[in-house]
Amino acid sequence: MTTTNPPVGPVLDTSAAPSVGARMVEAQKPDLLLTQDHHMCPGCGEPIAVRQFLETITQLDAVERAIGVAGIGCYTSFSGSMDVDLVQALHGRAPSVATGVKRMLPDALVFTLQGDGDMVNEGLQEVIHTAARGERLTCILLNNGVFGETGGHMTATSVIGQRTKNSLDGRDAEYHGYPVLIGDLIAQLQGAAYVARGSVHNAGAVARTQKMFKRAFESQLAGAGFSFVEVLTMCPTGWFIPTPEGPGYMQETLGEVHIMGELKVDGKVRTTDELHAENVAKQREVDEALAKGGLHT
Amino acid sequence: MTTTAPSRDRVLMEGSEALARAAIVAGCRFFAGYPMTPFTEVLEHFARLLPDEGGVCINAESELEAVGMAWGALATGARAATGSTGQGLSLMQESFSEITLAELPLVVFNMARGQQDYYQATRGGGHGDYRHIVLAPQDVTEGVEHVQLAFHLADKWRNPALVYGDYLLAHTQEALSIEKLEFPDLPAKDWAVDGSLSGTGGSRAVTPLGVSKVGQRALGQEGKAQYIATKLPLMEREVRVETGFLDDAETVIVAFGAPAKFVKYAIAQLREAGHKFGYVRPITLWPFPYEAVAEAASGSKVRRIGSFELSAGQMVDDVRIGAAGKVPVEFIGGVSTDHSGFGVGRILDVEVIAARLLALHEEREMPVIPGYEVNSYQLQPHQAEATR
Repeated sequence: MTTTNPPVGPVLDTSAAPSVGARMVEAQKPDLLLTQDHHMCPGCGEPIAVRQFLETITQLDAVERAIGVAGIGCYTSFSGSMDVDLVQALHGRAPSVATGVKRMLPDALVFTLQGDGDMVNEGLQEVIHTAARGERLTCILLNNGVFGETGGHMTATSVIGQRTKNSLDGRDAEYHGYPVLIGDLIAQLQGAAYVARGSVHNAGAVARTQKMFKRAFESQLAGAGFSFVEVLTMCPTGWFIPTPEGPGYMQETLGEVHIMGELKVDGKVRTTDELHAENVAKQREVDEALAKGGLHT
Repeated sequence: MTTTAPSRDRVLMEGSEALARAAIVAGCRFFAGYPMTPFTEVLEHFARLLPDEGGVCINAESELEAVGMAWGALATGARAATGSTGQGLSLMQESFSEITLAELPLVVFNMARGQQDYYQATRGGGHGDYRHIVLAPQDVTEGVEHVQLAFHLADKWRNPALVYGDYLLAHTQEALSIEKLEFPDLPAKDWAVDGSLSGTGGSRAVTPLGVSKVGQRALGQEGKAQYIATKLPLMEREVRVETGFLDDAETVIVAFGAPAKFVKYAIAQLREAGHKFGYVRPITLWPFPYEAVAEAASGSKVRRIGSFELSAGQMVDDVRIGAAGKVPVEFIGGVSTDHSGFGVGRILDVEVIAARLLALHEEREMPVIPGYEVNSYQLQPHQAEATR
């Protein structure tokens, strides 16, 4: 029987002394985290997203001018552990606070950190107007389609069929209405320079998301306008599913509606529907290639 | 506070422009607001004047965003302000509470519709234990001083300060000159964010929450609330008050803001006619001059105190606390905003005021204001008996 898996070798080669010394797990944390401890539940996607943008700030050599504005949600606890000058805002109000910061300090790299309840429910008009004004700042949305901190309640981004504590039989369009695709709303605004939707459900998505952060921050530093990165994050606690099922569940539910991709680059808008159509076309190509005997024929 | 060499170059200027110019002289470099009568012109003047001073004025999309933008500007250490009418300030209350907890020196311009926002200004409509220092100028000239004082006191205490004006303050033209007031030096704002400490292990957090950066002392939510609670009584030393004729007064009138100027004029006329009136004018509404009212109530000749205010009677609560039962305290004002709800109604008239003062002095019924009696609520039959 043939297999594509490589042969399993020794986990650690102990035939000779290791080429580098042992490292503490602590050493793996981003430079801009004061501690590796966090208050998130097991399986939460938010710490991954936080790592991505903190590492990006370091890579862009923008540390000494980075200022964060945090909303209110689970991720708020990172306001104490991120080694970044920080202003704590009210639930939903981070974009206006960040506007005041950036207008007074035009050379700073200013970002907000908000959840879907914060940004898309309570503060929807804030992010829309901030984008429309073309404020040179970056809003970061950690979108898990649920109020995690209160214990699993429906938000404006919860998808149809999603079970939450106040949509026990699943979100019903007739009764609860439809989810907001916030990235699409922002992308169509003239003031928005860069808009993207990432995800942290697997390593490939994490890598793509980090590139989105890089482009968003670069866009801000170039003075191009408002930039926006939405990141789908797992919340197994708020979804009432076993922790290991988080990434798969997210891909099959939120990921099918809030589709990953760049929604606006250099003034060119791609809608979520178009991203979906592109994904379908790509899948068809793959399926057809596989039917003909493989991808590398 | 001392003034620099006063200029005799006075110009005729509308109140709203004078207030905006006074703010800029005080170093205000950021303003965000949303138009609303009778505050609108304050925003207009900031929008026109600030860019030339290297500042920014944003026409915010709502009062919620206006106060949020000011919050962000303040966090960078800039002098910043917002404003509206009482109605617009209602929308800002959540932020007012939290900005106080974050210890940010916000200055708020309230060009109120009458004096019905006394409770809002002094008690606050927001959550939690907080107070704003509230200055109530009687005219534009005093307003120019109060605006500068508000910025100083806000920075001195790292607590919001509110300038309580009205249609008259915003729209009266006075001959004045904007002189920069000198105040004692204040500590540098080393708490303000600028990004320079990011990545050093000593980054800053400007936050209303009791949290802090890892490794720095965190008060916790309870601790933060207790910390602010112990600051409030210390700020009470900023009380300011003007009194007149209390030595021989039989009737003392308490009034604030522009209406107080009318009351003082009426009292001067009544005293010429031999009626022994005195007055107490709270200049700060919070902290309220309770001691001045207590002293007035203790005067050997004082028989009664009247609270004249253009509302249903709000400040009268504070007057009663100050008088502490020594003499009767009566509310002798009334709602008076004209039919538009913005402006100056029939009670703000020296003759009308004098008649009310005299009625109190001679212990007669308050005179009816012609045209206002039709607005009186009539008790309905089902309301006659208290529900048990």
